[in-house]
Amino acid sequence: MNRYFWILGGFAALVALLAVGLGLNPRDVPSPLVGKPAPAFNLNVLATPDKTLGPKDMQGKVWLLNVWASWCVSCRAEHPVLVEFSKKVDVPLIGLNYKEVRGDGAFDMSKMPADEERKLAFQRANKWLADHGDPYKLTVMDLDGRVGIDYGVYGVPETYVIDKSGVIRMKHTGPITPEILGKKIMPLLAELNK
Amino acid sequence: MKRQFLIALFVFGAFFGSTAAFANAATEAATAADPVAEKRLQKLSEELRCLVCQNQTIADSNAELAQDLRREVRGMIKDGKSDQEIVDFMVTRYGDFVLYRPPVKGITLLLWGGPVALMLFGLFALRGYLRRRASQINAEDKPLTAAEASRADALLKEIDQK
Repeated sequence: MNRYFWILGGFAALVALLAVGLGLNPRDVPSPLVGKPAPAFNLNVLATPDKTLGPKDMQGKVWLLNVWASWCVSCRAEHPVLVEFSKKVDVPLIGLNYKEVRGDGAFDMSKMPADEERKLAFQRANKWLADHGDPYKLTVMDLDGRVGIDYGVYGVPETYVIDKSGVIRMKHTGPITPEILGKKIMPLLAELNK
Repeated sequence: MKRQFLIALFVFGAFFGSTAAFANAATEAATAADPVAEKRLQKLSEELRCLVCQNQTIADSNAELAQDLRREVRGMIKDGKSDQEIVDFMVTRYGDFVLYRPPVKGITLLLWGGPVALMLFGLFALRGYLRRRASQINAEDKPLTAAEASRADALLKEIDQK
């Protein structure tokens, strides 16, 4: 009887371990950037390509940085949530367009000159925002994904919450759902804006 | 049945053969230009995890991000950065998860110590089992007590009488 108890107990422990382990999201890798200053960048603004924007320009404000691209399927799912957010909440949402052209995979980059990539990227990003609505205060263009590497981007969409002193307070990988917005992001924004 | 197996084997071989060839073509030119740097790149990228396809190194993976990271590592090697500096660059951006050999610290203790702890537990369990079994065998080998002996005698007599 005692022996069966042990076997059953071991089995139950294994089931519990697997239930917890398989329930975790393997894509959700904790970012080492949380609690650190947002990496600097200076990228061209989508609407005004002759101007640039960086985290320095946002100093003193609580803001969101949302990484997106028109080829990103999950971004499409997330987009209505962001549009709704931008209508209701007075927190600047900055878009970081990540590898608009070279991330697509539909283009042979070895044959595309840089200025053509640039032109196409701005064109595609503008069209996407015109078609789906533009929740962003501004969007900056990370054509080669170099800034994305500094932010540890590995799966678009990703969203960063950055506080008044320019420190990253939260990172969310994957599309923002109304639930994540309501339970995690909104309370944090309220706290940071206190 | 056998034919199906051969076809499957062929498809498998063709697929992996072609991806290997693809990876080679991309790096061949760079290797020719600077074999020492390429060797370092190869060694470093075998230690770094690709975060898109998480069970591949950035050396194995052909994901966009892995290509970008290889390019980044190549650039840092060219700039004369040390291996440690390059690894630190990756860790500050992607965390310890990017390392195939994570450092030993609080949160990774179970990862590093778990197998040893499980083995020790197994050894103790085995020792307990062997001891119990030995004492059981010893118990069976003991001479009969007086009461047992007289009962055995009685039973044997009963059989003899029949």
